[in-house]
Parts: sequence; C-alpha cells; structure tokens
Amino acid sequence: MADSTAITANSIPAPAAENHGIWGFSRAQFGALGVMLAVLAIGPFLLYPVFLMKLLCFALFACAFNLLIGYVGLLSFGHAAYFGMGGYLAGHAAKVWGLTPELAIITGGVTAALLGAVAGWVAIRRQGIYFAMITLALAQMIYFLCVQLPFTGGEDGIQAIPRGSLFGVVPLDRDLTLYWVVAGIFLLGFLMIHRIIHSPYGMVLKSIRENEPRAISLGYRTDDYKLLAFILSAGLAGVAGATKSIVFGIATLTDVHWSMSGEVVLMTLVGGLGTVFGPVVGAAVIVTMQNYLAELGAWVTVIQGVIFVICVLAFRRGIVGEIGNWLKVKL
Amino acid sequence: MEDIFGIPAPLLFGQLLLGLINGAFYAMMSLGLAVIFGLLNIINFTHGAQFMMGAFAAWMLLEWAGLNYWWALLLVPIIIGFTGVVLERLMISRLYKLDHLYGLLLTFGLGLIIEGVFRNQFGSSGLPYRIPPELQGAWDLGFMFLPIYRGWVVIAALILCLATWLLIEKTRLGAYLRAATENAPLVQAFGVNVPRMVTLTYGFGVALAAIGGVLAAPIYSVNPQMGTNLIIVVFAVVVIGGMGSILGSIITGFGLGIVEGLTKVFYPEASATVIFVIMAIVLLARPAGLFGRA
Repeated sequence: MADSTAITANSIPAPAAENHGIWGFSRAQFGALGVMLAVLAIGPFLLYPVFLMKLLCFALFACAFNLLIGYVGLLSFGHAAYFGMGGYLAGHAAKVWGLTPELAIITGGVTAALLGAVAGWVAIRRQGIYFAMITLALAQMIYFLCVQLPFTGGEDGIQAIPRGSLFGVVPLDRDLTLYWVVAGIFLLGFLMIHRIIHSPYGMVLKSIRENEPRAISLGYRTDDYKLLAFILSAGLAGVAGATKSIVFGIATLTDVHWSMSGEVVLMTLVGGLGTVFGPVVGAAVIVTMQNYLAELGAWVTVIQGVIFVICVLAFRRGIVGEIGNWLKVKL
Repeated sequence: MEDIFGIPAPLLFGQLLLGLINGAFYAMMSLGLAVIFGLLNIINFTHGAQFMMGAFAAWMLLEWAGLNYWWALLLVPIIIGFTGVVLERLMISRLYKLDHLYGLLLTFGLGLIIEGVFRNQFGSSGLPYRIPPELQGAWDLGFMFLPIYRGWVVIAALILCLATWLLIEKTRLGAYLRAATENAPLVQAFGVNVPRMVTLTYGFGVALAAIGGVLAAPIYSVNPQMGTNLIIVVFAVVVIGGMGSILGSIITGFGLGIVEGLTKVFYPEASATVIFVIMAIVLLARPAGLFGRA
C-alpha cells in the first residue's frame, strides 16, 4: 500500500540487533559525533561566534522538527509557532520579569511545550496531509495572536532583551562566553533527542511511522505516543527560539511567521529526513546561504524554493542521507 | 437608522457582504483544492501563487496588451491553467508513487519560487486594477448600498461553483473523474486515458484559482502576497469541510466567509482567528470534517 510508506528516506526498519556501539551511537555515528564536537570546539576561533550561535539555534530547531517528521512520520508545517513563542516568552521573562537567562530559556521551552500540548491534541486527530494543514492553520492563528497581544510588541517585537548572567553569576556579555552556553544547550537538546529515539518509547514511535494500524493492533495507544512526541518537539523548538532571542536580544514576528515553518522543513529536507545529523548539516547549509545571499533580497526566497524542488525531485535522501548511503552506514 | 442586535443595519449588511465576498474566494479555492486532491492525492500548495498569478495576468493583459477585464476573465484561466498543465507534466507527475507529503513540499517550493519572482519584478506594494466601467457604481437596495462589482463577484463565484458541481456530478466526463478518484487502475482498464485526465484535472483546478485571481484583482490590490495569506485560511476551510464533497466545499466556503464577516461586527479582535478556532472545534467534535467521510 503506497499510502503507508513513510516519508523518510531510510524507512527500512533497522534490524533489531542494531549495532549499539557507544552510548547508543553506531560506530559511524560516533565518528560523526566526534567531528561535530571538534567543529563545535574549534568553530568560534575561526568563525564569528554570533553567526555560529544563530546556526546552533536553528540546528536545534531542525533537530526538534526532525523528531516528528523523521521518527514519527508527522509533517508539522507550523513549527515556527513554538520556535517564535519560545523566543517571545524568553524575551519577556528576561526583560520584564528580570529572570536569569537559563530560567528565561526554560520559560520559553515550557511555554512552547504547553502550546504544543494544546495544538498537538487537536492536530493528531488527522494524519498525513491533513496533519500538515492543521498544524499550519494553528500556527497561523498563533501568528495572529502574536500580532495582537500587547506583550509581544506587535510589529516592533520585544527589543533590547538583556543577556544577563548565567545562574546570576557568569555574565554573558562576551560573545565567546555565550557561545559555550549556546553550544551546551544545543548538545543537551541533541543528545536528548538521540536518547528519546533510542529508548523503548522511540521504538514505538518508529513503529507508528512504519505502520500505525499495526501498532494500534499491538495494543499501543498511538495517539498518546504521538502527542508526547509533539510536545517534546514543540518544547525543544521553543528552547531553540528562546536561546535565539537571548543571543540576539530581540524577538520578532519573523520567527512565528509561516515562512519560518517552511525554512525548518527545508533545513531538515536538505540535511536528510530521519537522519541524526542531517538537520544539523541542513541548518548549517541554509543559514550560511542566507548569510551570504542576504543582499539578494527576494531572490533568497526563489533560491529556497528551487532547493525545495530539487530536493523533492532528485535528492530525497538529503546530504547526510546521501553520504550515509554512499558509505553504507546509517548517520 | 434601524439597529439589529444593537448594530446599525448598514454596518451589519456591509460586513455580511464582505464576508460573502471572502466566502466566494474561500469556496472557489477550496473547490479547486478538493478537485485536485480527489484525483492527484496532492495538496496543491501552489494554489495561492496561482491565484496571485491570475490577478497579475489580468493586470498584465490590461497594461501591456490593452485587453480589458472581460478578455482577462476568458484568457487568464486558459493561460494559467496551461502553466498548471506544464507543471503537472514536468514535475508533479513524478511524485505519484511517493508519500503524499512530498507533493505538499514540492508545491510549497514552487509557490516560494513564483512568489519570489513576482516580488522581484513588481515589488510588494501592490498594483491597482480598475473596476471595469460596466460594473462601476452601486445599487440602492433600500437597506444598504451594494457596489455592483461586489455583487457581481458573489454571483460569478456562485455560478462557477455550481457549474463545477454540475460538471462533476452530472456529466459523463464528471462520472469518469469520480470513478478515477475511487479506483484509477480500473478506469484505465476500461480504456480511459487516466494520466491525461489527471493532467487536465490539475489544469482545471489551477484555472479555477486563476479566475479567482481575476475576480479579486479589482477588489484587493494586485500584490505578490495576496495568494499565500489566502491559501492558509483556505487550508483551514478545507479541514473544516472535509475534501470528500464538492457541494460541501462550496457551502463551507461561503458559510465561513459569512461567519468571519459577522465576527468583524460583533467581536472584531477575533476576526482574524475565528476560522482557525472553528477548525479546532470541528476537529474535536468531528475529525473527518463537516462533509468528510471518515
């Protein structure tokens, strides 16, 4: 049945005796993790730390999105709502309530998770294309709320959000100091997602992706599993958005707009749906591209559209998926 | 001046009319989406961009070729429908064997490309399109003034929707289409050229969006974003109605437009979100949609 084919490129279920090398990573994945850690450690000395921090925020955002599309097979077209709301709440908490940055980021993440709980509760009633349309529509509703609610500052957004001091002791004014914090948050989120998809719970998620009716007939309440995955994904997206607003000191409507939802889909698609490292690579590619092509204005949209089309027509495995296929390993 | 529920009558009827007009566009767009989805199993995210292309094509015909509104109404659906046919042959037809979500992603990308190109070419401020002289002015209905053009849009949309419904439900061609929606291989076995029908169906859905664009051009200013903002609301309309029934799409579209208009009168703050709230409520009560089959 063509309908139940999952969207992921590597939808062949992993054999039960998957090589659980080190900490649940296969040997190839562990190697890739090593490369990523090395890049994280050397990066700020070679590149502008603020650029890297932006990249890491989007990488975490894409990883959170990939948790849903790659491992549950649910395409959320409204993840900007959680990303942006996390940013607004963190900004508000840091600026108006005067919370320390780590508490502000937690506030943003928890808010996004709560929002995800409500939206997910509505959206998981439908599958496939309908799920995508519903999440998009709900996100648009949240966008309109953000335009109207007084605390978001409407078109101006929340500006001059203080970076503050970590735990109230370590001032984060220096970019490099903040970079290590952001890198830590990213790694925490990344490993958390890795842990989730390798847990028994994650196995059930994958079985839902492969064949939901069969998972139901085996006695799993798939709706509960999907809802929890949605909440986790929304919460992590919120953490990413919250971190971004602390880094840049602003939270605006751009981050809740549907085009941001499209961007995170694109990042994950370019990197490779359902791969562990794909969203990170995809985020790096797209953010770098935006950075260098910023002066082209509306052409950036056109280029993104072209990449979408090429990826869907000819490059469905994504960068990391292709590399993995070439090396015959799962990355 | 008479009041109805404490609201001045002209204000109430004015908003009702605006709601009807929005509803006309919702109905036409969701009808096109439903027809395409029925046969292609693809949600056409490009639909908004194609609506916008329709409006721009009307503007170009007027400014560059000197062809007036009536010519546009005739030519634009043919031109834009043809671009749809090309699109289906070149790209969309490659995805039928894959997960339906890839169709959504492809058409989303195509929408981005089209919108970006138009924004580069024409800026985002919007271009004016004059109401054709035959439809200028307003009728005095006694309780309100009805601008003729707005009345025309509602009537034209109703006629188009009903014609589409008749075409699909009452003609032989429509019967083929419905049969192919149910079971394409079987219809093909009877000697009907299903791939060509699929292509033409996509072209037809796109043409519907393009006519919508022409009708919208004199009401809203012609700008590159006009379609995308509309398409997201239309998605909610489609979820509320369910895509199973043609008549259902039409009724849902007009009904939600009216509800939106009334919300503008009684609780303006919620007018932008009311359709999404209704969508959530419908999903909780009847997940398949009002007219959908589970």
